[in-house]
Amino acid sequence: MHAVILGCGRVGATLALMLEAAGHSVAVVDRNREAFRRLGRAFRGKTILGIGIDEDVLHKAGIERAGAFAATTSGDNSNIMSAQIAKIKYKVPRVIARIYDPLRAEAYKELGIDTISPTLLGAGLCLDFILERPWRSVSEYQALPEILAHSM
Amino acid sequence: MYVIVVGGGKVGYYLAKALRSDGQEVTLIEKLQRRFDLLQEEFGDVAFLGDGCEVRTLEQAGAPRADLVAAVTGDDEDNLVICQMAKRKFNVKRVIARINNPKNEVTFQMLGIDETVSSTKLIYSLIEQEVEVADVIPLTAFRKGQLELVEVALPEGAPSVNRRVRDLALPAKSSLAILVRGNDATIINGDTVLHAGDIIVAITTSAIVQEFRKVMLGRVVPTP
Repeated sequence: MHAVILGCGRVGATLALMLEAAGHSVAVVDRNREAFRRLGRAFRGKTILGIGIDEDVLHKAGIERAGAFAATTSGDNSNIMSAQIAKIKYKVPRVIARIYDPLRAEAYKELGIDTISPTLLGAGLCLDFILERPWRSVSEYQALPEILAHSM
Repeated sequence: MYVIVVGGGKVGYYLAKALRSDGQEVTLIEKLQRRFDLLQEEFGDVAFLGDGCEVRTLEQAGAPRADLVAAVTGDDEDNLVICQMAKRKFNVKRVIARINNPKNEVTFQMLGIDETVSSTKLIYSLIEQEVEVADVIPLTAFRKGQLELVEVALPEGAPSVNRRVRDLALPAKSSLAILVRGNDATIINGDTVLHAGDIIVAITTSAIVQEFRKVMLGRVVPTP
């Protein structure tokens, strides 16, 4: 499978290396050349310098033949927009967008975009550790907590 | 009408100002404190501090009762999210997005945001038309740039010169509106006879500008 990853931060770079180790071809997009250093010398995949919401850039990354797309930049809205382009325009089968803002993650989940909120995941894991609770499933961590839902 | 403008840069600032002087109720959302302070100085309660991409901010700014949301920040992705939130979360009737990359016009439509404004595209189309059809000059665009108000100066020997308007084979969806002859401007009707030196103000769709040019000017090379 060919996978396109947007954002070569810690998450994007680690994901790229993991996918490659699992035998997949990978293209990573970032707007900062320095970021590609995180991939190390052993990385065989493609690196593309550019903005992920620009379709010319996605095209260079091979979005047309991609089986998966992950948007992992630090910008929630860039991730939302590029994930929608990948899913709706290019019909990429597996699309995931990382969205820090839990409310936005929830809103786009309702609109049919698969999202992961590291905010809810991180806070939930810390909470369970502190309160000495057993770990829960990912979807439980991703569910919008009442305290946040009410503030809407 | 209640309008929420998101993005307090130059575009948002002047838009809010124009709407307010037009007597509309306006809220201008800006997320940077420093910029907000400036806007509040000028607009008072109209200025609203917050991130317009956040559901909560839009809600507090009154999105549920807004007639129109205009997303005019400098970032296309932010404008997309603002419009999608406004439309789908708060059922705002009309949303308008400013876009910078002209290619995003199609993308936005595909993602459910039909009304976009791109200054890049507007300026580009002016330059493009200047190069290709120097004698049909676009004045302004309506309906997302699909309808254009254009100006045509008729040189000697143009096929439309010395003919009645009703005898011209003008393409459908184009019509001649105003005739400027010397210092006089008159409304054009079917009996108007066009002369060399006349300036015509017409409405046409962007798709048929070339056809329109052919009827009005043929292959005449415009005199510089």
